Amino acid sequence: MAAAHPSVKDIWDWLAQVPDPEIPVVSVTDLGIVRDVAWDGDTLVVTVTPTYSGCPATTAINLDIEQALNDKGIESVRLERRLSPAWTTDWISTEARRKLNAYGIAPPIDGTAADGRLLKRIERLSSGSNLTVACPRCGSTRTEKISQFGSTPCKANYRCRDCLEPFDYFKCI
Amino acid sequence: MTTAIIGEAAVDRAALFEFLLRTGDNALILAHRLSEWCGHAPALEEDIALANTALDLIGQTQLWLGLAGEVEGGGRSADDLAYLRDAREFRNLLLTERPNGDYGKTMMRQFLFDAWHYVILNALRASSDVRIAEIAEKASKEVSYHLERSRDLVIRLGDGTAESHARMQEALDDLWPYTGEMFVGETSDEALAAAGVAPEPQSLKAEWDALVAEALSVATLKRPADGHMHKGGKRGIHTEQLGYILAELQFLQRAYPGATW
Repeated sequence: MAAAHPSVKDIWDWLAQVPDPEIPVVSVTDLGIVRDVAWDGDTLVVTVTPTYSGCPATTAINLDIEQALNDKGIESVRLERRLSPAWTTDWISTEARRKLNAYGIAPPIDGTAADGRLLKRIERLSSGSNLTVACPRCGSTRTEKISQFGSTPCKANYRCRDCLEPFDYFKCI
Repeated sequence: MTTAIIGEAAVDRAALFEFLLRTGDNALILAHRLSEWCGHAPALEEDIALANTALDLIGQTQLWLGLAGEVEGGGRSADDLAYLRDAREFRNLLLTERPNGDYGKTMMRQFLFDAWHYVILNALRASSDVRIAEIAEKASKEVSYHLERSRDLVIRLGDGTAESHARMQEALDDLWPYTGEMFVGETSDEALAAAGVAPEPQSLKAEWDALVAEALSVATLKRPADGHMHKGGKRGIHTEQLGYILAELQFLQRAYPGATW
């Protein structure tokens, strides 16, 4: 007779301890990439959605999740990929945004995802003062975009015109 | 005829496989071209941006070719399709295999492709095949960024110095004859369009024309006249460029079959 399965709630708590391999200050649940946890008989099924389709961290994330659950005594884990609805930065928790900022990465500003019309987006960005990307180091809003892509596909490269520090901005998708 | 049942529509499996190969091969071959810039771009930020764009496209390739293998039903994986097909079996647009040229030419090629990619992915989000709609939804978010970036650079370089303007106009004139192929329909396209799986290629032209005309006008570049258009990629008839690309792309799997790391 097998012991009772750990509850789904416990598993979510354990997953909240699994750091993102690229940005270890946030967990995989903070990022909103774990979409579902459910038991299928004696197998635990964890449904994960990729951030970017080519994100090289995806494999590492899956291994980390599997390892963490194995360490908790769950022997049979199946990871499933879910593409739809596509991952959005809107799913990054408030707490995670605070952690990102403290780590030196400006968190995403909701509602500014690319729609293929850069000019329109610049207008939208510049029309509201609260939409400026603030420097995570000194808080200045006198910042400028250096490149649409930063150290990973999910980030853009910015520079602060006050403290002159370059920084990553977790861009909206 | 083997058919795949999708919703209420029955679609010729071979037509669907062809379509998925085309979509995946476009992403794969262009990603390979972009990756050739790694370590060589004019500025570190540009180097990183090109590599990231290539990475997005390789991710999309895995999804499209993965689905192609599933539809084919012969047990071929995305890797098998990418590494073990010869040039005649590739279905990418000739535009994607054009050599990089200078940085401006690479960005012009990217812009002409991104504008089309953006339009077709938006159309595919409404595909009657839910698997295609899901991949398109994911990919279109990434491609929106690609388009914003390549459009921005075409404008900055086109409306830049006399030198950059001249190079961008030359790049545009050189690449223009490779754009017509995007809108050429094959017999298999009609079946897919009738089933609501994918749009007729011609139906994408008006939106593409508008996107391109707007950017070229801001960039002070002159849209070339539509003359002779090269085609053949969608049927596997490629320029000699593809052979060189595959020699590099596939070398490892050809020399050491099944190698992993």
